[in-house]
Amino acid sequence: MSAVIAHDRPAGFSFAQYLTCMNGIVWREGLRFVHQRERFISALVRPLVWLFIFAAGFRQVLGISIIPPYETYILYEVYITPGLMAMIQLFNGMQSSLSMVYDREMGNMRTLLVSPLPRWYLLFCKLLAGTAVSILQVYAFLLIAWFWEIEPPPIGYLTVLPALALSGLMLGSLGMLISSGIRQLENFAGVMNFVIFPMFFASSALYPLWRVQEGSPVLYYLCLFNPFTHAVELIRFALYGKMNWVSLAVVGGCTAVFMVGAMFAYDPSRGLIRRGPAGGET
Amino acid sequence: MRKPDISIAGDNAIGPNDPAHLDAAALAIQSVSHSYGPRKALDSVSFTVAAGSFTALLGLNGAGKSTLFSIVTRLFGIQAGHIRIFGHDIQHEPGEALRCMGVVFQPRTLDLDLSVTQNLLYHAALHGINRREARRRSDEALSRMGLADRLGSKVRDLSGGQMRRLEIARALMHRPRLLLLDEATVGLDVKARAEILGHVRELVLEQGIGVLWATHLFDEIVPSDDLVILHKGRILADGKVAFIVAKASARDLNSAFAQLTGTGLGSEGTGP
Repeated sequence: MSAVIAHDRPAGFSFAQYLTCMNGIVWREGLRFVHQRERFISALVRPLVWLFIFAAGFRQVLGISIIPPYETYILYEVYITPGLMAMIQLFNGMQSSLSMVYDREMGNMRTLLVSPLPRWYLLFCKLLAGTAVSILQVYAFLLIAWFWEIEPPPIGYLTVLPALALSGLMLGSLGMLISSGIRQLENFAGVMNFVIFPMFFASSALYPLWRVQEGSPVLYYLCLFNPFTHAVELIRFALYGKMNWVSLAVVGGCTAVFMVGAMFAYDPSRGLIRRGPAGGET
Repeated sequence: MRKPDISIAGDNAIGPNDPAHLDAAALAIQSVSHSYGPRKALDSVSFTVAAGSFTALLGLNGAGKSTLFSIVTRLFGIQAGHIRIFGHDIQHEPGEALRCMGVVFQPRTLDLDLSVTQNLLYHAALHGINRREARRRSDEALSRMGLADRLGSKVRDLSGGQMRRLEIARALMHRPRLLLLDEATVGLDVKARAEILGHVRELVLEQGIGVLWATHLFDEIVPSDDLVILHKGRILADGKVAFIVAKASARDLNSAFAQLTGTGLGSEGTGP
């Protein structure tokens, strides 16, 4: 027998091997992102359209009173910037889960799932990779927004980073949870419409909750129980070097729940067991 | 280790069930059943693949080969039965079991947007192999598979045969002792099929890797191979090809297969 085959490997995996695996998954996600320039451009154009066109148009219609974390009157563009940052992450989380459905249909997902490292760890790395990509997009957006006079305090660019990481993980794990239940790529478009738009519009991304409450108490409660609202508020406060503890708790809790759900769903002895074979295979 | 030369239709109790035998086997499948709702895809399937042997898993489309592969690789959970890879139970020691095994699935699982080398490096990372070692192994694997001149090529620019060879190279990156290939030559021309089969048989002879080769093509099987015939989710025969043919009192494998499965000769999917 050839010496090429490793017979006597130590059982288990070292910390360095776990790190190598994580680097590999993040590196691959980064490469895919770089190769898909259209994805990057559309990820930037979407919030910029909202900022340059929508916000400019609504500036005169929607008045914003002084509400935390702001200490003075602000322009509407400034108000919706955190919402647009969260929107980038929402779209990225769903895009990432869309790519998981695509990968599963095309078979690429199998490469990941037959790795000997624990399944939960692989999925966590995948989430981390998606979050890292979304954070890059958000900073690119902030850079362009700066020229549009969206100028949070310099420290805000740093303090918002953990908030972005947490909200990115929450939205990514929600996307992963959704993707686990979808068998065909075509079904995903409907889910996108039923998840992205309701989450975005029924939140504090575009208008403060007190405004919503004035208009519709029912919608107000919907917004209040929408985890995306809390992702927006977490980012909003963090961008100004402040902390919204309620939002932190909600986003943290939802991240844990969605993540556990996604890992449960991708566990072969639980979630995937109910699925049939891919097309053409038996 | 030699497998028993038995060919009995309807008898799945093939081979000894003693723990020593099962631990020594590269792959030991015991009484595995799987259903998709009311439809039974596998019915108490049992067989072993000996270390360093070439075992063909022969079955028509729909026999349950891909379902079995999905269970062995943990894409599906085990509903009933046990699977061990070099003694590691895939339910209780999935990491150890999976690291002993390389897989080439029926559908292409390469990332078309990445280069040949990037695909291999990604796979190596998923097995915790550091970048320097991964580069060394990828050069080695690509040379062996005759792809050394395509290192930087995008995978989507490769031919079907080259993609399959790349998948085999990738499956060997972590130096497994067992290689599973599910219909690896489907859609390839005769030359590419022969090359891939030749490469895999070399791996068995030169590196002592145990191979489970799922196919529906008779001409990919030679008389000295171990053979498992899977039909409608059940094992109909297991043993050396020559013995199965003799036991079925048939003139060749085609006839034996037709006799065991009750299908006509030259039926769709069984020819080259």
